Amino acid sequence: MAGYLLRRIIQALLILLGVTAITFILLYLLPADPARQIAGRSATAATVQSIRQQLGLDLPLWQQYLRYLGNLVQGDMGRSYIQRTEVASLVWSRLPATLLLMAGAIVCELVIGLGAGIIAAVRRGRPTDTAIMVASFLGVSAPQFVVGILLLYVFAVQLGWFPIGGYGTFAHLVLPSLTLGILGGGWYSRMTRSSMVDVLRQDYIRTARAKGATGGRIVLVHALRNAVLPLIAMIGLDVGIFMSGAVVVESVFGWPGIGQLTWQAIQQVDIPVIMGVTLTAALFIVLGNLLADLIAPLADPRIKLR
Amino acid sequence: MRTLMIAGALASALVCGTALTSPAPAFAAEIKNGGAMTVTYKDDVATLDPAIGYDWQNWSMIKALFDGLMDYEPGTTNLRPNLAESYEMSPDGMTYTFKLRPGVKFHNGRALTAEDIKYSIERAVNPATQSPGAGFFGSIKGFEEAAANNGALSGITVVDPATVKIELSRPDATFLHVMAINFSFAVPKEEVEKSGADFGKKPVGTGAFKLREWTLGQRVVFERNSDYYEKGLPHLDEITFEIGQEPTVALLRLERGEVDVLGDGIPPARFLEVKGNPKNKGLIVEGGQLHTGYVSMNVTMKPFDDVRVRQAVNMAINKDRVVRIINGRAIPANQPLPPTMPGYAKDHKGYAFDQTKAKALLAEAGFPNGFETEILANNTDPNPRIVQAIQQDLAAVGIRAAVKTLAQANVIAAGGEQQGAPMIWSGGMAWIADFPDPSNFYGPILGCGGAVPGGWNWSWYCDKDLDAKAAAADAMVDPAKKEERTAAWRDIYLKIMEAAPWAPVFNEQRFTMHSARLGGPDAIFVDPVHIPVNYEQVYATDVQ
Repeated sequence: MAGYLLRRIIQALLILLGVTAITFILLYLLPADPARQIAGRSATAATVQSIRQQLGLDLPLWQQYLRYLGNLVQGDMGRSYIQRTEVASLVWSRLPATLLLMAGAIVCELVIGLGAGIIAAVRRGRPTDTAIMVASFLGVSAPQFVVGILLLYVFAVQLGWFPIGGYGTFAHLVLPSLTLGILGGGWYSRMTRSSMVDVLRQDYIRTARAKGATGGRIVLVHALRNAVLPLIAMIGLDVGIFMSGAVVVESVFGWPGIGQLTWQAIQQVDIPVIMGVTLTAALFIVLGNLLADLIAPLADPRIKLR
Repeated sequence: MRTLMIAGALASALVCGTALTSPAPAFAAEIKNGGAMTVTYKDDVATLDPAIGYDWQNWSMIKALFDGLMDYEPGTTNLRPNLAESYEMSPDGMTYTFKLRPGVKFHNGRALTAEDIKYSIERAVNPATQSPGAGFFGSIKGFEEAAANNGALSGITVVDPATVKIELSRPDATFLHVMAINFSFAVPKEEVEKSGADFGKKPVGTGAFKLREWTLGQRVVFERNSDYYEKGLPHLDEITFEIGQEPTVALLRLERGEVDVLGDGIPPARFLEVKGNPKNKGLIVEGGQLHTGYVSMNVTMKPFDDVRVRQAVNMAINKDRVVRIINGRAIPANQPLPPTMPGYAKDHKGYAFDQTKAKALLAEAGFPNGFETEILANNTDPNPRIVQAIQQDLAAVGIRAAVKTLAQANVIAAGGEQQGAPMIWSGGMAWIADFPDPSNFYGPILGCGGAVPGGWNWSWYCDKDLDAKAAAADAMVDPAKKEERTAAWRDIYLKIMEAAPWAPVFNEQRFTMHSARLGGPDAIFVDPVHIPVNYEQVYATDVQ
């Protein structure tokens, strides 16, 4: 187990190193000159040159990259070109909202996905099953901004049950989580249904039924535990995806997550921030996968980590 | 002869009463202070450091927190002394002496002195500050040396704690505007040194408001500076800026009474509906903007080196249609200066939309079948739609222009290379004046000084003769020659239109929408130097 962990951590570090290198090179290739951008439209050539020197932009690419890495290992992600604030504090300020929305979205996905998937599997081939599968298909295919604005319009503007966007209370969390949950729930329900259908055909289910176990117990205890395995891997992936920001949902609901920051940085070609959010996203994707792999044996003791 | 201007209590009292033309309660004394307002923005507030902030969002926020020697009468482009109580200009226009207004305090309680004025300007010039505004101080004596070293300007002398003298290296008719620009605003040295690079997040000034809270990515809250030197201002106790709000959603919230001003404006998709809704009568204020959207043509690249081709482009673009595409939120332009700018030539007809004449000019220039070229544009709405309309117009006369839409910074980078871009549509990064003076549309964007690598003169047009005329106009510092100077600038821009390095397309109009809770003369909701509103002057109707 310890050896496994160590190997995974080294792997993760290598992945992150690769991410920094690729992002750095891509951003370096952009035509925009950060020094000119900072210097503004009334600057003299001398000012631009002096800024270039201060930021180390006059160095060759590899030296700039090493400098970046050197600062990074000391926890310094640099300062935003636009906001002139430390990138670390910008990213940090976005984490609470991002974590909250991730948690909300995963709960919604699971409730919608597992619920619908189990019912569809049990009622396989009947109208309920068809209805659920059609609904989940719609959930998967509907664009997030359409679902988001629809929910916002109906439940916030018309009914007034929830605030119109923003962040701070539980009520603010419901609609954005639900929007993400409807999309993810669509995937989860299809997955739950297919693995449940497989499991319900297994011999041990028949055995359980023969022993006289109730329908509910068979579904929720005997079958679900086995059917849920692929879902754990998917949640692991979702952790990474949501932590890199739900750009669309965040902008519809004015949710101060990392997606907003990313989108803004791309628009402004704010290179240090783009580097910072990319790295953070990569970190969470790696962590999410690792977490899923570590949890899998708890759900299924047959899985051994080596 | 010496020019002397006196401000003080009398002038500021007059300003509130006479400068604003509106039926609303105009005298400060009639307005009850108190209340709060909420402004929404989509993007983060970049910085509130006056030496650094240079976007339309933080520009007025900084004006609410800081002050300069000079300012403008609310709702107008008329200069008036501000932190200065009075000033004198020497007859040759080379020396300005400012007397500071007594009793001005920074938000930290310390009194403002002449040292602070010197420090603040030198800080903006110091290359270590990386201020985008350093270049504005170019006419102060010792600028070149200061900009290359540590910013210390030999031209600024502290005469006594209440008097500062600024010597120039050349007469500069725009100098008082420069003393009203954010980059010159007074900052306290001790706070700048304490906060270092984070001063922009912990601003301390002398302004009507002070910063109370800044939650990154969520909200910025200003509260009344009860020590503000101008009695009776500001009217509001508190302003909350909510960040990360999509304009469409912000509009829904305004309609529900949760928001008072849409910082990003009315979302284009709902503009006509909102403007036409009788419920919104009186809540949408329209005003001019010191802005011109134009197509630049690179005069150093073929075939735009031929003036006939450039004139043909001017005639080929159907500006009325472009304005319709953006729901009439602009007026067609025929010259570089916007109509609200002094020097605008009212009677100038420009190049009328005439495809036949455009084709004839192209044929005359040797392109009877047109030619292929490229036009760059910013990729944010509505610019791709606008540039497509321009592309169709050009195609109609035979100019086949491939459209390339890029992020703003990348377009600017291409424009700054001599062979980088044959044509650029300026929308989304266009020139909005830094101060209301005609010279501001020349130097960096049409003069030889801007036609350098990394410059903003994307047409690379450089006429030494016009540069000399421009310098002569800016040397007319005698206030009695103001009209003459304005006329000189008018001629310069008309000459430019003969050479046609630009095809001016439109001047954006501003439409500020506010809740019924906010009051104030219309002029302060479309204040030419404050976007979206003049935060100091607006008041809450629910406390009246």
